[in-house]
Amino acid sequence: MLARRLLQTIPVVIGVVLVSFLLTRALPGDPAAYFAGPAASPESIAEITAALGLDKPLPLQFFLYVKDLLQGDLGQSLSTGQPVLADLAKRLPASLELTLFALLLSCSVAVPLGIAAATRPGSWRDHLCRLLVTAGVSLPTFFTGIVLIYVFYYLLGWAPSPLGRLDFIYIEPDTVTGFYLIDSVLAGDRETFVGALKQLLLPAVTLALFTLAPIARMTRASMLAALSADYVRTARALGHSNHTVVFTYAFRNAMLPVVTTLGMVFSFTLGANVLVEKVFAWPGIGSYAVEALVVSDYAAVQGFVLAMALLFVALNLLIDIIAALIDPRMSAGEA
Amino acid sequence: MKQLDGAAAELVIASDAAGNEQDNNKVSARPIDQHPSTAAQFWIIAKSNPLSMVAFGLFLLLVLIAVVGPHVVPFDPLASNAAMALQPPSATHWFGTDNLGRDVFSRVIVATRLDLSISVMAVLLSLLVGSLLGAVAGYAGGWADAVVSRTMDTIMAFPLFVLAMGIVAALGNTIENIVYATAIINVPFYARLVRSEVRIRRDAPFAQAARLSGMSHTRVLLFTLLPNALPPMMVQMSLNMGWAILNAAGLSFIGLGVRPPTPEWGIMVAEGANFIVSGEWWLALFPGLSLMLAVLTFNLMGDGLRDLVDPRQRH
Repeated sequence: MLARRLLQTIPVVIGVVLVSFLLTRALPGDPAAYFAGPAASPESIAEITAALGLDKPLPLQFFLYVKDLLQGDLGQSLSTGQPVLADLAKRLPASLELTLFALLLSCSVAVPLGIAAATRPGSWRDHLCRLLVTAGVSLPTFFTGIVLIYVFYYLLGWAPSPLGRLDFIYIEPDTVTGFYLIDSVLAGDRETFVGALKQLLLPAVTLALFTLAPIARMTRASMLAALSADYVRTARALGHSNHTVVFTYAFRNAMLPVVTTLGMVFSFTLGANVLVEKVFAWPGIGSYAVEALVVSDYAAVQGFVLAMALLFVALNLLIDIIAALIDPRMSAGEA
Repeated sequence: MKQLDGAAAELVIASDAAGNEQDNNKVSARPIDQHPSTAAQFWIIAKSNPLSMVAFGLFLLLVLIAVVGPHVVPFDPLASNAAMALQPPSATHWFGTDNLGRDVFSRVIVATRLDLSISVMAVLLSLLVGSLLGAVAGYAGGWADAVVSRTMDTIMAFPLFVLAMGIVAALGNTIENIVYATAIINVPFYARLVRSEVRIRRDAPFAQAARLSGMSHTRVLLFTLLPNALPPMMVQMSLNMGWAILNAAGLSFIGLGVRPPTPEWGIMVAEGANFIVSGEWWLALFPGLSLMLAVLTFNLMGDGLRDLVDPRQRH
């Protein structure tokens, strides 16, 4: 089943690479003129055209592009002067730490909330859930972030200034995983851990508020479906306690659609991540791409888009594997 | 059957209004006058679903602001006045003034038209392209289906906002390209929906009868199959509008598309963000709240429409 699923990923990856190639080359506008800058002469544009291989036929260009990709070459960033891949690799842990922490946060709120709403439909918990779900999807992440900064930094003074991953008074932990929270624990540095957590909390809550809604909505819906299923009625008739019925019978069956929804949630999260990183000056790949966009740093933006797409494909693969682990029918049924 | 007709008419009102903001008042009045039963139907729905009615009212208000807003604002949204910079909300400047002394209230009102038109155009464009692709794929099957489906899968393989960023970066940084980018990332939703709606009815008796009566494939598709896909498409459109507004505002928040000094909610929040750490909250709050309200309106309306179209989804 795993091999099958991996095989299914191949055409998707090819499609992603093809689209990102089209984004870099075949669209209107001359990339060579782009790279040469506004003050370039026709000769220097021609020179760059040849250097980039833009005078070759398109299929050959695609072949060369794939060859470069396989060697890990995403081009040079104009603004940092570094290879794009190196830039992205350096900044990826910051983005991942933020995204994963936010997802953990939102799941730990959204799933219990969805269950509470589903076990007592029409109660105040249900209404709270519905309110949060409707408000949550309507919140522009960048706006939530700014409101949180105003309240918790400016008014209350609880949060540190919204600038990056760690206040300059702390020393960066030695890089092991690149996640400051984990690295500082590994280094046994309590102060840095607290400092990093403080910086992380506000952007993570911003992202979590955004992802809370779809997860809570799905949990509620699939718990409602599971609770009205025949096997739950049977379990109740057999005299199992309410707790056993809800958590052992209903919950385990209800989790599958929730896990599959996570794919769509990831898509939104990775997009919202860019906005949150900009608001909080978070040094991840999202703010890297935004900076690159401002100065028309072509290679950096396209490298970022490709990296995000590949990350998303990998996450979807992971979700399917988890879904198969939760539900043995998924793996048995397909064999 | 009668009930279904009422629901369909209601949907047409909403869709016409979404697509054609200028004629909104005329359009919404017409079907109600022609069919008195629709008006009665309308009130039954209104009473049973007050939240959706609030949303519908807000929607009308938004359209009204978009249409007449620029003509009635108290100040020129672009006129700066250094003497009045960064004034908190007051009787003259309801939402305060920004760092250049421009009236935030006027700017928020004027921005409504731009924000709504970007997303309306994007959603209409993706509706058109998506349903065309989906209809062909679902009706023809075979390689056409394979090509369309795989293309849609590839678009969906990207985190959608990120893809929109990439498209705007590649096509060039203009408002027009924001519309195209937002349209492209929404196409798969319509294409998939229409494809499956057409597919399940392709060999239905009524479609076969239409073909037997000598209708061409195009006519069968347009006049017998596509109308059946209309109700779920309208729901999708309304839910999509909210997301399209968020998406377009997000793109301009990171500096794409709309350029200063053009008033637009996303860019106003971005400009206001610089002043939030020094306590000037009104610069970002009011455009942000308007954005939220617009998105909420469309989401609530979409939920209401879905309840109408598919009562089974109601819990």
